[in-house]
Amino acid sequence: MATDTKTLLFKPVVAENPITLQILGICSALAVTTSLRVTIVMCIALTVVVAFSNFFISMVRNYMPSSIRIIIQMAIISALVIAVDQLLQAFAYEVSKQLSVFVGLIITNCIVMGRAEAFAMKNPPVPSFMDGIGNGLGYSSVLLILATVRELFGSGSLFGIEIFPLVSNGGWYQGNGLMLLAPSAFFIIGFLIWIVRTKRVDQVEKNEFHIAPHTTQEVAH
Amino acid sequence: MATKDSVAGTIKVALILCVVCSVFISSAAVILKPFQVANKLLDRNKNILSAAGMFDPALNSNAEVDELFARFTIQVVELDSGEILGAERLAELGIDPATYDERSVFSDTQFSDVLGEDEDIADLKRRVRFSTVYTLPTEDGAVETIVIPVSGYGLWGTMYGYLALDGDGNSVNGIGFYEHKETPGLGGEINNPRWKSLWPGKKVYDEQGEVALNVVKGTGEGDFEIDGLSGASLTSRGVDNMIAFWLGPNGFGPFLTKLNEG
Repeated sequence: MATDTKTLLFKPVVAENPITLQILGICSALAVTTSLRVTIVMCIALTVVVAFSNFFISMVRNYMPSSIRIIIQMAIISALVIAVDQLLQAFAYEVSKQLSVFVGLIITNCIVMGRAEAFAMKNPPVPSFMDGIGNGLGYSSVLLILATVRELFGSGSLFGIEIFPLVSNGGWYQGNGLMLLAPSAFFIIGFLIWIVRTKRVDQVEKNEFHIAPHTTQEVAH
Repeated sequence: MATKDSVAGTIKVALILCVVCSVFISSAAVILKPFQVANKLLDRNKNILSAAGMFDPALNSNAEVDELFARFTIQVVELDSGEILGAERLAELGIDPATYDERSVFSDTQFSDVLGEDEDIADLKRRVRFSTVYTLPTEDGAVETIVIPVSGYGLWGTMYGYLALDGDGNSVNGIGFYEHKETPGLGGEINNPRWKSLWPGKKVYDEQGEVALNVVKGTGEGDFEIDGLSGASLTSRGVDNMIAFWLGPNGFGPFLTKLNEG
C-alpha cells in the first residue's frame, strides 16, 4: 500500500505529468504564471479541487446513474471551485483579484474532469484523493517552473522581490516583455516537453502519418 | 443495481445532489460574506490613500488603513451641478455615501446617462450622475486634499483609478490605478511609482479655466505636461483623455469650480 500511495503521488509529477505528457490544463498555465505569488495560490487551489473532487466523486461513484454521470461530476467540481473562490476572496483578496476569472475556470480545467473520469470513477476514495494530490503536484511543478522563468526574465524579480534591477527603475536589466505575455508560456512548455521526452523516450508519440519516400517518375507511372 | 439507473432513481440522485451542493455553496457564501465585504472596503480605502500619497505598501501596514482613512470625509456630488448632496437628497435617492459605488450603478438608468459621441472623450459610453468624492480636511476646516474616482479607456480596456488634488482643486497631489488591462511592461507601467511621481505638483487648469494638463510624447515640460510612457502611446492617450474628461465640464469640472469659489 505504501508504494502504491507513492506511485499515485509522484508518478504524475514527471512520468505522467498532466501538462507535459497529456497536454491538459494549458489555458491556466498560460494565464496565471506571470508572477510566482499568484501562481502558488493557483496551484494550491487546483490541487485542493482535484483532490477533493476525486474524493467525493469516488465516494458516490456506485450511486451515480450512468445517464447523468458527467453532470454529477460537474456539479461536484463546480461546488468545490465556487467554495475555493469564496475562500480566496475572503482570505487572500489581493491574489484573488489578480487570478480573477481563472479560479472559476478551474471548473473547466481538463485535469479535474480528466482525473474524475479516468481515476475516481474506478477507484476507492482514498487512492482517488492521492491521485488528485499527485496530479495537482504535477500541474504545480510545471506552473512553478514557468512562473520562475517568466517573472525572473520578464520583471526581473521573484515573489515581487527585485533580483535584476530594471532599467525603468534605474538598474541595468531590460525586462523581456515577451515573458510577460501569454505566448512565452507556450515556448517554455515546449522546451519542458522537449527536455522530458529526451530523457524519457517512451513518452514520444509515434508519427500518425508517414510521408512516403520520393519515387522517380517512371516508377510512379 | 437496476434501481439507480431507472428514471425514478436518476431523478432522486439528481435532486439529492442539487440540495447538497446548493446548501454547501450557500453556507460558504453566507459565512464568508462579512470577510469579503471588509476586504473590498479595505482595498478601496487603500487605493484612495495611495493616490493621495498617504499609503505606501512598503512602509505602511493594512492595520493603519482604517485610522488613516477615518480622516477623510466622504461626500456624494451631483456631477452636472457640482453640488454636494445633502442628507435629504441622499435619503431620497437611497444613497449611503460610505458604501455608494459608482461602478455598481454604472449601467443603472436611474443613476447614469448615455454619453453623446462628442462628450465621450474617454470612451466610457455612460457616466454616472452622482459620484463620491473624498476630502481630507485640515485642522482649521479648510480642504487639504480631494480624491476623485476616474476612469478611461486605455488600449485593451477601461482603466480605473483615483486622482488626488490639493485643496485648491488645481494642483495634482497624486494618481493611482487599481484596475486596468494594459500590456504588462508597457502600458502597465501606469502603476510604476517612478512614473506616478511625475504627477504631484502639476497644474490642471490654465488661466482661462480650461483643462490644460496633458500627457505628452517625450519629455513633458512646465506645469501642464507629463511625460508619456515609452512604448505605450495609446495608453498614454487614454490617460490624457481620462484627465480631460473627468476634470472637464462633464466630469468634476463644475464641482471643482464651486469649491474654488466657495
